[in-house]
Amino acid sequence: MDQTATISTAQFGATDEPGQQPAIALNRGRSRHAADRRLRLAGLAAVGLALWFLVLLFSSLVVTGYSAFTQVTVRIEADLSSLAGKREQEIRDANWRAILRDALRGLAPDLPKRDERAFFALFTPSAHYLLRDAVLADPSMLRDGATFHIPLADTADRFAKGEIERSLPEDQRRLTDVQISHLDRLETAGRLERSFNTGLFLNSDSRFPELAGLKGAIVGSFWLLAVCFALSFPIGVAAAVWLEEFAPRSRFATLVEININNLAAVPSVVFGLLGLAVLLGWFGLPRSTPLAGGIVLALMTMPTIIIVSRAALKQVPAAIMEGALALGATKHQAILHHKLPLAMPSILTGAIIGLAQALGETAPLLLIGMNAFIAGDPGGLLDPATALPTQIYIWADSPERGFLARTAAAILVLIGFLVLMNGLAVFLRQRLAKRW
Amino acid sequence: MTSRPFRPWQKLATAGMVAASVIAVLTTLGIVAALAGEAIAFFRMVPLTEFLFGTRWEPQIAMRADQVAGQGSFGVLPVLYGTLVISLIAMAVAVPVGLFSAIYLTQYASPRTRAAVKPSLEILAGIPTVVYGFFAVLAVAPVIRDLGEALGIPSSPNSALAAGVVMGIMIVPFVSSMSDDALAAVPQALRDASLALGATRAETVWQVLLPAALPGIAGGVLLALSRAIGETMIVVMAAGLIAKVTPNPFDAVTTVTVQIVTLLTGDSAFDNPKTLAAFALGLLLFLITLGLNLIALHMVRRRRETY
Amino acid sequence: MFQETSSQAAAVAEITSGGLLAPKISARRLNVFYGHKQALFDVDLDIFPRGVTALIGPSGCGKSTFLRCLNRMNDTIENCTVTGSVLLEGVDILASDIDVTALRSRVGMVFQRPNPFPKSIFDNVAYGLRIHRLAQSRSELEDRVEASLRGAGLWDEVKDRLRESGTSLSGGQQQRLCIARAIALEPEVILMDEPCSALDPVATAKVEELIGRLSENYTIVIVTHSMQQAARVSQRTAFFHMGRIVEEGDTREIFTNPKDERTESYITGRIG
Repeated sequence: MDQTATISTAQFGATDEPGQQPAIALNRGRSRHAADRRLRLAGLAAVGLALWFLVLLFSSLVVTGYSAFTQVTVRIEADLSSLAGKREQEIRDANWRAILRDALRGLAPDLPKRDERAFFALFTPSAHYLLRDAVLADPSMLRDGATFHIPLADTADRFAKGEIERSLPEDQRRLTDVQISHLDRLETAGRLERSFNTGLFLNSDSRFPELAGLKGAIVGSFWLLAVCFALSFPIGVAAAVWLEEFAPRSRFATLVEININNLAAVPSVVFGLLGLAVLLGWFGLPRSTPLAGGIVLALMTMPTIIIVSRAALKQVPAAIMEGALALGATKHQAILHHKLPLAMPSILTGAIIGLAQALGETAPLLLIGMNAFIAGDPGGLLDPATALPTQIYIWADSPERGFLARTAAAILVLIGFLVLMNGLAVFLRQRLAKRW
Repeated sequence: MTSRPFRPWQKLATAGMVAASVIAVLTTLGIVAALAGEAIAFFRMVPLTEFLFGTRWEPQIAMRADQVAGQGSFGVLPVLYGTLVISLIAMAVAVPVGLFSAIYLTQYASPRTRAAVKPSLEILAGIPTVVYGFFAVLAVAPVIRDLGEALGIPSSPNSALAAGVVMGIMIVPFVSSMSDDALAAVPQALRDASLALGATRAETVWQVLLPAALPGIAGGVLLALSRAIGETMIVVMAAGLIAKVTPNPFDAVTTVTVQIVTLLTGDSAFDNPKTLAAFALGLLLFLITLGLNLIALHMVRRRRETY
Repeated sequence: MFQETSSQAAAVAEITSGGLLAPKISARRLNVFYGHKQALFDVDLDIFPRGVTALIGPSGCGKSTFLRCLNRMNDTIENCTVTGSVLLEGVDILASDIDVTALRSRVGMVFQRPNPFPKSIFDNVAYGLRIHRLAQSRSELEDRVEASLRGAGLWDEVKDRLRESGTSLSGGQQQRLCIARAIALEPEVILMDEPCSALDPVATAKVEELIGRLSENYTIVIVTHSMQQAARVSQRTAFFHMGRIVEEGDTREIFTNPKDERTESYITGRIG
């Protein structure tokens, strides 16, 4: 084996200094190890790129959207003496626009009439409705005097938050110098307040960004998910139990399995087409409603629930069933009383994750009509509604600059719900997982 | 023994379960029926050959009966081209990033790193696509446009590159997850044999592990491609509306999914060729993704049988 | 039980002539931990060149762990810490500046379950030659593959089907293919981790005969849980018990005249 000797001396390397351990390294090994290092680096770079993108996404959403969580309001006192003692209907029909304008004039006493319009434009155009609704909700205001906080109009709001550069030439910003001086005066007089934008969560959609809120979308999404869960969960679990426990090895069972696996991978827009043609077309369900949307989402979520439930059922040890059957229980009883409860935590976890995916679906809802401007929130399953993702899509399309921040804020709210739901799923999985 | 009084309940329960299972089949049938039904109505108005082989997609149809019929063209090829271009850009991003991530996580990363990074990659799959679409328009498209102009290439605000790159990141988890599973499923014995012969980890990956894991990885790639082709919101928000065949990735193209949405939002009377065209597109989309999914599932199943 | 060839007898004479031959591998104060669990405690062992050294002991006693230290395959296991030194002809292979891939071309390994790559028979044997770039031309590659397959006693059986997959062979043939793959690199040491435990008796006999022939030129360390096999193929034996070496020395001595009562219990079947 003289080859052995050759390899040995070559591998001990040229430097054989006494007292120092020579590295067992071949020269030709160096490029191999370099290739190994390169692969490792490429892998690290790939992971880094994906994670960096994630960070970039979230940070740009936060940077764009955080300002929508606050709002600048102006404090005004309104003279409501003309309404004292009137009945509710009269109050409703009163000339609130005049009341508002008088209150606003009080803020700028020496304003010439021709400049009034520019001044009033600083405040939300719906301010008089806000006054009216506040008084109707709390009639004691008539007696005790009233201070109101009126949101600024979108452009003024953004300026007051510092989003519009003061130093830009006048024709490049949407506010005139005069308007800016008004705002500065109000600021000095302490009448401007920056507070949390509760309207984002309490208001429904509006044409005006400063008043637009997500209440309608959140309620709509809630109803959608409720319908989705109510339909997909029982049907999905029942189908899973049948496939896993009862179905004979027949062609029908295989057909069902293939169908489920394929449905899980069908593009969501195809489900939208299905909803449009079948639910709206054949069955005549009303467009843009939580019922129609919920059914479509249920059809999309059902395959996920079936797959997850089957996996959960598979994991329950056979000993549980054998024990129950040996005591004389029927198969139905054994499953209902023993196997299903043990599998339920996993099934619920999977269902919550499936619902979280449904919460983010947009395309099928657009196709059944949820791309419309809905100014109220749905009272029931058959009222036109919008949902969080479709609201985001509508706002993203809107030209007003104020909707940019609100779209990002709405996305953060949506992601907040998703984090909650996924967190709940993880929590359930860890808490309820029984030790066999 | 004594009689079993619960028989009728059991029969009812079983019937209920079977009915629930049937719903899965019914859904597929419903999809096929709905798509095919409307598509057939469409093909009575527009010949199938024009649809499949026509090279102009201009679906402007007279909206009112009394308008002069500006007959639209319904040739799907330019729309398919847009879908193909954007999907390929997405795959060009997702496959390297996903595959190398999987290689790193299975061969080089410590268990702690792997446990932290793997769920983080899954987050990418959990973000709603409307969010990706918004991000594409907000941050990516302007950068791509500036890049194109800096390179002297005519760029549009809605570029195929912007939509494709963002879509690519979205489908990274599909590739990385299945590649990870495929690589981890290769028996440890093969990895040991290679290392014991003095191979580096890189040589083991390229010469032993990847060839063995190839069916699973290929299945993952096909599923990712199917997802890219069927993706809607990112392209609706970030890609264009005009069907154009252009080799310039900085330019705007439209896709099958964008057209489906555009044709149907607005008036959707069911006897209108515009509306019906959406269903024809939907049928085409369904068949393409079905084919890809079946091949992908078949490949993944084949891999499992080898071991 | 103690079959010998004449060259084996010469090797035995060399080794047992009492330390005149420098050990090929020396382990000194070797400790191995899997996380907090210690698997080897202060192991000292010398492996002498050429001939077969057997490592025996009950399950879980650390013999495979020890074997894997000799080619640093324990590096591939997370949480595995190795302290002490293993000297290969005087060089500590546990040092951090050792090129592990080169080490493994000098110290080869055959595993318990045959693990041929899902490649052709030819490519299986050529794998090591290719990655270490040991053949300068295609014809040299083919020559070395043939030599290795002959050395493993497999050539006649597979020479007409070198293109077929390695996994299409029988269990015993697969293991001999793995041996051919290992000796293609012409290592100085071959480590075998229970190489026959997954084989039927006929295949086992063939592999044992092969081990005998190989031991004329290679240093072989074999882990086995069959004492009869240890007695058949080895000249020196080390008995492991609960992570320590209880007794080691000439194989015949260990089996006929064990000094420690634990050794005796194991050999007579009372433990393990």
